[in-house]
Amino acid sequence: MLRKRPDVREAVAGCASVTVHFDPERTTPGALAAVIERAARRRPPLAEPGRLHRIPVVYDGPDLDAVAETLGLSPAQVVTLHQAPIYRVFLVGFLPGWAYLGPVAEELELPRRATPRAAVPAGSVAIAGRMTGVYPLAAPGGWHLIGRTSIRLFFPDRDPPCLFRAGDRVKFFAAGA
Amino acid sequence: MTAALEVLEPGVLTTVQDLGRPHAVAAGVPPGGAMDRFAHSAANLLVGNDPSAATLECTVVGPRLVATAASLVALTGADLAPTVNGDAIDLWSAIVLAEGDELRFGGRRTGARCYVALAGGVAGDRWLGSRSTYLRAGRGGVEGRALVAGDAIVAAGEPARAADPGRTLAPRLRPRYSGQLHAIRGPHAGRLGSEALAALFGAPFTVTPASDRMAYRLAGPPLDAPGGDVVSFAVVMGAVQLPPGGEPILLMADHQTAGGYPVVATVVSASLPSAAQLAPGDRLTFIDTTFEAAVSMRAAQRAALDSLAG
Repeated sequence: MLRKRPDVREAVAGCASVTVHFDPERTTPGALAAVIERAARRRPPLAEPGRLHRIPVVYDGPDLDAVAETLGLSPAQVVTLHQAPIYRVFLVGFLPGWAYLGPVAEELELPRRATPRAAVPAGSVAIAGRMTGVYPLAAPGGWHLIGRTSIRLFFPDRDPPCLFRAGDRVKFFAAGA
Repeated sequence: MTAALEVLEPGVLTTVQDLGRPHAVAAGVPPGGAMDRFAHSAANLLVGNDPSAATLECTVVGPRLVATAASLVALTGADLAPTVNGDAIDLWSAIVLAEGDELRFGGRRTGARCYVALAGGVAGDRWLGSRSTYLRAGRGGVEGRALVAGDAIVAAGEPARAADPGRTLAPRLRPRYSGQLHAIRGPHAGRLGSEALAALFGAPFTVTPASDRMAYRLAGPPLDAPGGDVVSFAVVMGAVQLPPGGEPILLMADHQTAGGYPVVATVVSASLPSAAQLAPGDRLTFIDTTFEAAVSMRAAQRAALDSLAG
């Protein structure tokens, strides 16, 4: 809806927000905000139950022990809590193929790292806040790394290029190293 | 004439870039494209291309290129001391290279990124609607990578307008690059106390070595970081994130598409070319700017480009 307006360049969904790129010579933030608020009051179409992905994880991430200690849990409890739910894909974004998955168990809720790592390896399984995700490529990142998977999430020559789509469901399970 | 160059030496990071792939952001793919959109667009207009054509983005240590056919080119952005057959050439001007002419760069004088436009636009792989090189995924431009010796750079087509060697951007319209970056307050600036706000807008920061086309990590006075993460939201080039560690991160062209650190300021589009011309070790200061002032600076920059579009 927003993308069709001549004064809007791009509209990008967040987990609980939308970021709108607009032409400041054709509209004002106030006028656009009113349009967005009207659109947000409309009832969204019901989401279809998404596809279910089963993702094997080796739970040996460099932050697993520190995460367990901060939360007052054992590493095994962290693993059990992480793989128990069937997560929902809230949003695809951040990195090519990254998906925000959640909600993560309340017992695992942690803020992001105070300083992001300069390099997180591809395939790292991570948690932050009430969300979890898998780094699709090597990149800087501020989430806590608890494991890794060999499943590819990003296929640059496919359209769409991402394994996960918003609304899909994801189940992690522990796999041998 | 079909413009063409061959790479003799690649420089440290020379990539094919255009105006990026804004519509791929929904798949989590960075928008990418030229870091300095003004210099990129001006270089294209000088050789008769549309601003959306691809150019070469040369970083700090430029390449050594030889013309394999007579070629109309233009260099803009950073002054990396360019020469043709040993003679200094002007930036911000269209220049004819004869077959065999050698274009090289003597070293960094000012800025960090010099753009080389070729009449007809630089050819390259298209990926998700753009020829821009995205190194992390290895797509776009020349096989998704930086140039290497032996690469052939050819024109993608004919220029949109007739060649006009000698076309130049009036000196008064050329950017005055500086580390003074105008910025509006970000969506989470309200979390900062008055002391942190004063430091953010006024204190000098240094671009650290952990800086690239994705983002610049900045070192400066520790800012009292606002409490807690935010729900991840779509971020933009120019956004200044403040992680709890207190060292700000300035997002650039290959930025991640969403983030959960608070965004305390956003560099205005008219100052992004100056930001693009900073290299590790350079200093910058954020200047507290109103939205209205940002819009008028943007209009002035567009008028400068319009002067070349005729």
